[in-house]
Amino acid sequence: MIWGNKSGVQSRSIVQVLSALGVGLFLALPALLAAGGLRGAPYILDLLSMVGLYALLSLSLNVILGLAGMFHMGHAAFFAVGAYATANLNLTYGWPILATLPVAALMAGTLAFIVALPVIHLRGDYLLIVTIGIVEIVKIALTNDIFGLTGGPNGLIGIARPVVFGHRISQPRDFFYLIWIMVGITMILFHWLENSRFGRALKYIKEDTVAAEGMGVNTTAHKLMAFVIGAAWAGMAGTIFASKMRTISPDSFTFGESVIMFTIVILGGSGHQKGVLLGAFLVMGLPELFRDFQDMRLLAYGAALVAMMIFRPQGLWPPTPTQYRLPDPYATKYPRGDKPC
Amino acid sequence: MLILSLAGVTKTFGGLVAVAGVSLGVERGQIVGLIGPNGAGKTTVFNIITGAVKPDDGHIFFSGRNLTGLRPHRIVALGIARTFQTIRLFPRLTVLDNVLSGCHCRLNSGVMASLLRLPSQRLEERLVLQRAMSELEFVGLAEVWSSPAGSLAYGDQRRLEIARALATEPKLLILDEPAGGMNEQETANLMGLVARIRDRDITVMLIEHDMGFVMRVCHRVLVMENGSLIAQGTPREVRSDPRVIEAYLGQGED
Repeated sequence: MIWGNKSGVQSRSIVQVLSALGVGLFLALPALLAAGGLRGAPYILDLLSMVGLYALLSLSLNVILGLAGMFHMGHAAFFAVGAYATANLNLTYGWPILATLPVAALMAGTLAFIVALPVIHLRGDYLLIVTIGIVEIVKIALTNDIFGLTGGPNGLIGIARPVVFGHRISQPRDFFYLIWIMVGITMILFHWLENSRFGRALKYIKEDTVAAEGMGVNTTAHKLMAFVIGAAWAGMAGTIFASKMRTISPDSFTFGESVIMFTIVILGGSGHQKGVLLGAFLVMGLPELFRDFQDMRLLAYGAALVAMMIFRPQGLWPPTPTQYRLPDPYATKYPRGDKPC
Repeated sequence: MLILSLAGVTKTFGGLVAVAGVSLGVERGQIVGLIGPNGAGKTTVFNIITGAVKPDDGHIFFSGRNLTGLRPHRIVALGIARTFQTIRLFPRLTVLDNVLSGCHCRLNSGVMASLLRLPSQRLEERLVLQRAMSELEFVGLAEVWSSPAGSLAYGDQRRLEIARALATEPKLLILDEPAGGMNEQETANLMGLVARIRDRDITVMLIEHDMGFVMRVCHRVLVMENGSLIAQGTPREVRSDPRVIEAYLGQGED
């Protein structure tokens, strides 16, 4: 151990200060851009909002894929259900957008429960195939104007903007704040969830389902619950998406979208929220930066994925073991033995 | 008083009869050994008791309750915990996290309480850390609580599996070859540990190939061969049973 305990504490608090600064700087970005008088400012903010939206979706997928280890490649289905639930309530019944949030979550969660119930026991690749089927079925249903609620291939048009405390969200700057505040709240709540009895159970299931069941974890119920929570959150992301775009159509909820979310989680660091955030920036942001090299974009993207799977399958920023703060008397008796191993 | 009884339990895998109509009883408070040659069906019996394998026929009773057909996590909640023949820890999680998995079934916090970090959930988390640490102290692994389980020495991993099982607060603990791969010193320590577990009023059932271990630790010994129970009794009785000697102990004695 080169680092004494004291300097370890110091370096931790330095990291905390730096990350607080980073978050502060990020939130001040709209003001900075406006002050700089940059012409592309709305474009940058819009791009960052998209990054945030995909971060939200990927964080919700992370509960299913990253924590519980279930290969789920149909997350766009639940995103779609949320978006269409919001669109319908708003267009037909005139509900304000934010009031539709819980309904979107409930609808997406309910669909997840229904479709997952018969297949939740499937493992790995088998579950993957089923989830691809789910997203395809949902897309086909949307295209065929199911129950007359989806407007067919053209989708639904004219969805309202959200209103927060009397302030109508319409500018790129407003959406930037709305989305990133939601990302922040999500990360805090999911951090708590992850470090709880429920979150631990998901990690046990991911590591060894048989052993988890053998130690008293109701694996089926926990997997199902993870699926429902992830889906409900994707449904809420759908609400934001619908009101941001004002127009939704089946093209926004393809298998390809599901693959992008899947990639973000795996590339960033399965089971690690900050890793997932990094993944969202890379997967959504980098292609925009390299727009000038349009032709090479997808090639570079594919090559990066292949290289990752070979050299760093755990993702760019994988999770570290949970650090518990032991209660006394154990805290003094057994100070953390951070052995390098 | 019988804590566990099996009545006519049968299990076949394809054409192979792994367990053929086994009936047995385990007295509360005893340490019972289950021995027999490889392939005799011992682990299958354990898997049936813990719910990992469903029997084709027969019933399992635990403290008067019929366990037949219950899923493993329900059986754990009723008070039967196990270790695995090949170590099945969660190797990338910490030692403490592994023990916390055993505590899971005695906790109540739900998803909503966790998502919102309610006070009741926080209190429960604090208590569970104490509980897990006390089990780690019991098996002597408290100092390495923050290490990844996979980084422990083999014998320590076996003891961690026992701590994890004890964390479920079992009335019956089932150990599948607990001394497997241990050196003499570790085996001697394990004998002491098993005795201390019994002193906590936990009935112990174990499969073990180390005959010295079985003869010294167990109150009763059950002997299986080809899926059937061929003898049972005290270690002394079993040792002198001609069928047992023929089936098992006679091999490689000299």
